[in-house]
Amino acid sequence: MIRYLTNEIYRAQIIELFVAHLYLSLFPVVLAVLVALPLGWAANRHRATRAAMLGASSVLYTIPSLALFIVLPLLLGTSFTSDVNIIVALTLYTTALLVRSVVDALDALPDSTLAAATAMGYRPLRRAWEVELPMAVPVLMAGLRVAVVSNVSLVSIGALLGNGGLGELFTFGFRQSYLPPQITGLVLIALIALVADGLIVLAQRTATPWLRAGQDA
Amino acid sequence: MIVQQVFDYLTDPVNYRGPAGIDDRLLQHVRYCVLSLLIAVVVAVPVGALIGHTRRGAALFLGTATALRALPSLGVLFVLASAAVLGRGLPPLIITLAVLAVPPVMLATLAGVAGVAVDTVDAARGVGMTEAQVLIGVELPNALPVLFGGVRTAMLQVVATAPIAALIGLETLGQYVVAGLAQRDVPQVAAGAVLIAVLAIVFDILLAALQRLLVPTGLRTPAGPRRTPVSLLRGPAGERTVA
Repeated sequence: MIRYLTNEIYRAQIIELFVAHLYLSLFPVVLAVLVALPLGWAANRHRATRAAMLGASSVLYTIPSLALFIVLPLLLGTSFTSDVNIIVALTLYTTALLVRSVVDALDALPDSTLAAATAMGYRPLRRAWEVELPMAVPVLMAGLRVAVVSNVSLVSIGALLGNGGLGELFTFGFRQSYLPPQITGLVLIALIALVADGLIVLAQRTATPWLRAGQDA
Repeated sequence: MIVQQVFDYLTDPVNYRGPAGIDDRLLQHVRYCVLSLLIAVVVAVPVGALIGHTRRGAALFLGTATALRALPSLGVLFVLASAAVLGRGLPPLIITLAVLAVPPVMLATLAGVAGVAVDTVDAARGVGMTEAQVLIGVELPNALPVLFGGVRTAMLQVVATAPIAALIGLETLGQYVVAGLAQRDVPQVAAGAVLIAVLAIVFDILLAALQRLLVPTGLRTPAGPRRTPVSLLRGPAGERTVA
């Protein structure tokens, strides 16, 4: 194991795959948040879009990741191993998950608060940004945590197709019956997921100081 | 064109023959998924229910569930198979899939049991039920909708991840993907993808139907029985505003 970790070539490989894994799992989350927030907000305000949006998300989420990784290149014309493939697939998944989260979060907002904001003079868009969004943060963050952890795991499945970030350490090690890369991959992926999860919890605590007000008294 | 090829592949009788046939692999895939899910349910539901009921140790178990969710299944599978402590084929796969399924089910059970209206639980205790009776007779049925949601999520993940079994030589739908990639046979790969997707959707529909069957009518709505916030029943001075 030490021999594996101290080997220059292997270490370069690990670092390269590590960075790739971070990029492949976290970039889709950013994209998905940008897409899901407006979609969820629209779904929350207009009855018609709501049913369509939630229905589409459910169907999308039911499609297994591997199937999507395979079908997308055929539809988009990219190769199986391209990064675009994984990013689009994971963005679709995360969006499906987050739209539902956004709708739930906005649903739970007390009408009285929203009415008060409107009465104070907030126009819909500004109200959405300055009132609804901050209040929706806890539920959103919960959905975000699930999405990030599952994304980090899903990227490794891409190893079946030849592009799986740290997942490739698994296939590499298994084919040669060499345990160290597999354990390294396992530990690193779990580490990324747990650190990302922790960061989101931290961000949540920082972004919602009013929830802890009065507890320190 | 590719759709036509996939369709041809799926309807070609040659592909249904022998141990590598579509129906055989489909059956194997189903068997592994159901077995893993059952094991996960047997493990996760009691634990989740107990913690949800006693509300003790929640932090510890949430941490465990998060840690379990962070483990990539492919890695767990390979490490288990390599270590060969419990065998190289089926046991590692079932363990991997069960580990994958436990967090969603456990979290859903915990949320469901802990989320039962306090008044209901109080009433049950007031009627004279023992703690065990409260848990089994009142909290679990009330928690069923949320629990089923967790089971469906878990099943989705299991069906979606089971194809990795192909990498350790087990005959599941994943073989179409792996073999197809090796042979550069795109229709085969796509056919495998379609089969996996259809299986996932079918299972979800079946579980939804099962949920409809098992959940008592009064608990069908996601919000459960209507709960009027106490603040609406009392005026600002604490007087009752509803007779």
